[in-house]
Amino acid sequence: MSEELTPKAAPAEAQKAKAAPAAAKPAAKAATAKPAAAPAAPAKPAVNELKPQVLAPEALRAEMERLRHKEGMDFLVNLTGEDWMEDGLGVVYQLENTQTGAQACLKCVTTDREHPALPSVSDLWDIAHTYEREVYDFYGIVFTGHPDMRRLFMREDWVGYPMRKDNDPEKDNPLRMTNEPLSDVTHSYELTADGQLVATEHPLFTADDYVVNIGPQHPSTHGVLHFRVALEGEMIRKIDPVLGYIHRGVEKISEQMTYPQLLAMTDRLDYLGAMQNRHALCMCIEQAMGVEVSDRVQVIRTIMDELQRIDSHILFFSCLCQDLGATTAFLYGFRDREKILDIFEETCGGRLILNYNTIGGVMADIHPNFVKRVKEFIPYMRKNIKEYHDIFTGNVIFQNRAKGVGVLTKEQVISYGCTGGTGRASGWHNDLRKIRPYAAYDRVQFNEVIRTEGDSFARYMIRLDEILESLSIIEQLIDNIPEGDVQQKMKPIIKLPVGTYYSAVEGSRGQLGVFIESKGDKNPYRVHYRSTGLPLVSVMDTACRNNMLADLITIGGTVDYVVPDIDR
Amino acid sequence: MFDFSTVTTWLHSFLMQTCGMAEWGAILTESVLVALVIITLYAVFAIALIYMERKVCACFQCRLGPMRVGKWGTLQVFSDVFKMLTKEIISMRQSDLFLHNLAPFLVVTASMITFSCLPWNQGAHIIDFNVGVFFFLAISSIGVVGILLAGWSSNNKYSLIGAMRSGAQIISYELSIGLTMLAMICLTGTMSFSEICHDQYVNGWNIVRGHVPAVIAFLIYLVAGNAECNRGPFDLPECESELTAGYHTEYSGMHFGYYYLAEYLNLFICAGMASTIFLGGWAPLHLYGLEAFNGVMDMIPGAVWFVGKTFFVVFLLMWLRWTFPRLRIDQILSLEWKYLVPFTMVNLVLMALCVAMGWTF
Repeated sequence: MSEELTPKAAPAEAQKAKAAPAAAKPAAKAATAKPAAAPAAPAKPAVNELKPQVLAPEALRAEMERLRHKEGMDFLVNLTGEDWMEDGLGVVYQLENTQTGAQACLKCVTTDREHPALPSVSDLWDIAHTYEREVYDFYGIVFTGHPDMRRLFMREDWVGYPMRKDNDPEKDNPLRMTNEPLSDVTHSYELTADGQLVATEHPLFTADDYVVNIGPQHPSTHGVLHFRVALEGEMIRKIDPVLGYIHRGVEKISEQMTYPQLLAMTDRLDYLGAMQNRHALCMCIEQAMGVEVSDRVQVIRTIMDELQRIDSHILFFSCLCQDLGATTAFLYGFRDREKILDIFEETCGGRLILNYNTIGGVMADIHPNFVKRVKEFIPYMRKNIKEYHDIFTGNVIFQNRAKGVGVLTKEQVISYGCTGGTGRASGWHNDLRKIRPYAAYDRVQFNEVIRTEGDSFARYMIRLDEILESLSIIEQLIDNIPEGDVQQKMKPIIKLPVGTYYSAVEGSRGQLGVFIESKGDKNPYRVHYRSTGLPLVSVMDTACRNNMLADLITIGGTVDYVVPDIDR
Repeated sequence: MFDFSTVTTWLHSFLMQTCGMAEWGAILTESVLVALVIITLYAVFAIALIYMERKVCACFQCRLGPMRVGKWGTLQVFSDVFKMLTKEIISMRQSDLFLHNLAPFLVVTASMITFSCLPWNQGAHIIDFNVGVFFFLAISSIGVVGILLAGWSSNNKYSLIGAMRSGAQIISYELSIGLTMLAMICLTGTMSFSEICHDQYVNGWNIVRGHVPAVIAFLIYLVAGNAECNRGPFDLPECESELTAGYHTEYSGMHFGYYYLAEYLNLFICAGMASTIFLGGWAPLHLYGLEAFNGVMDMIPGAVWFVGKTFFVVFLLMWLRWTFPRLRIDQILSLEWKYLVPFTMVNLVLMALCVAMGWTF
């Protein structure tokens, strides 16, 4: 990790944090900060600081229903479980109104560590179904009224809740030599009048279901993902995704690391969005500290993000072709992706794991060949997109297999929080580059590609069209990369002021958010990534029901999830 | 043209007279010889086809294909075959062992018998009698039994789905193959492969003689034949990206090798039938009125013509295989039952009409 080891304070302009309307309210929670955090604290509150409104568990349902129905908060952006030790266990909800862009942040805490229970909101937002399972898995908070309270990532026979601060996972969980059990039943919990939790058992599959395992080792799941698919003939009746095969505990590990060390993790989440992930994390830390990076860095980051997006979309095209049996088109995509990886390699030294962004800048200036190579690439790629359309898009077999298959309505994608191309294919304007421009996106002209059909073909076309938009963004920036520093002077030890911070970028497949809670130490108290892939896997059951087994492959290919990003 | 029957007659008389064998002894010896030749050819063509497939698809995909083992990778397939021979045959718990072991032999037997139906040269027919086409269709259907058994006996859900798909697909597409062949029998008036070829040697290739209905039948035959071979875009029974390997998921070693072999040989047989019935089989290219040219063409042996035409059709099928994405099972069946079957029936009537009215060349 490269850190500037000068004990000098950050430059004056870095202290000058932008005031935003979201952060205007006085921070009641943050005001009680420990004095140790004072030196790093900027004069004004950070632009990305969250001010959660604290709710009692009894009041949660009423307030959530009001927000959902009266205020139109139809998008549950993020749901983070947290352990505040003596202050209890709880959940931070981040909501957004997709029409007005209004945001809300709530926090619900329970002090019962033995049997923590909170009311579920999974009937209000479909994606809460998955998010609450994740919180149950890591913190043991039972959500009453949730229909399927199983662990999400850990083994079913795991003892304890690993993200609790007082939990010692290694003590209770020796290396097991048995196969992972996979339950066929699930439980839902209700709170009785005298405060007891009562479990009800529900079978996942009926005795007549013909259940086929797609994965964990399967050519079309794009990673170690496992779907239990109930079939009737070739028709899909139900899908139960089983996650966590490559869960590495990134968020848990992050709690023991310093901020610069965190950066090493992000490239390994969504490896097709390495630049964007790390951009999000760096942006979150920089905004929290009030550091402003130079114009040059902003433009370089934007170009790199777009190159990464093209890289990801080309791989999407290739893998979709491969899944549908068109092997030649698959290699066409790989041929072109190689050019981007070569460009990355020259500047970053890596091809997949790039390690380029740093807190306050980028690792190294762009390579002298960078501009030339990128300028050669733009017309080359424009020509080859035509070739993609010739060999695959126009093919009648592909059109028959993709059109009208796996239709998702706009309400569904919002409720499931499917951002990125999948959401835009259903007509949801969710491109963060347009809604809340960051880096250099406010100085370029581009279109947000939107389609309304919501089927697999729309999801496919969105991504090919986005390649062209990304090329145009790069074309506008590549000739006038401003001069300036590529790295701000940072303190030797980076500490974030006390508070909760959230920043998001438009990743290759949707909103990639970073949630950091800091107690003012040199390592974060809680780090949570808003995964782009988790909503996409959650929506698979809805999208695939009553389609054929072959459509599962098409739909899985077009919603475009990447497994390391789901499991984290 | 060189007539291969001179060789066979000479061999027969050599065994009978020079070696002094009885009639049954001579025929037994000849049968053993022929069986050896078939098995050798079977293996040689499989190797050639696998090499060709790898090189052809590499060309389509901007790659080189195998280059390391031997010059231009020519020894790659041999090494692959030896690798497969040395691999362990794994038997799965709770699978029906007898059927599991029987299935690959059924597939490979069906494929070998149909392989021997091909007319290689004038006078070089192994299985040839007056209902040859009928026999060919009947025997080729045994292969599907092997596939169904493989899927059933493996005790694997992927295999079972693959086998069911295969059953539905192959039985459906036999119809189109039968009907297109019927249209051509209508033109030639015989079901014996040797006579079909000889007829084309004398009167010109069927695809030219039968003009429009013959070309339609040829195209439909290519589609249906591709489906019969379970090759892309009809490779649903295997369907790598859905069913991992379909009906042969649980097979290993040479048992898997038999399926692999049979797949390539079925491709060759399918193409061989196309060249026999539509493209003249061993009959050389004759242009009307160019006697000198025809004379030169006649000097090229019939076997070369036959193999050349077959490989040309194989190339067409590979081209399809590496370009198109895979269909879905309902689309495959609706393509057959809603489009190909009615179309071939109309085509059959059209062909009958052409023949009856004498509108053929």
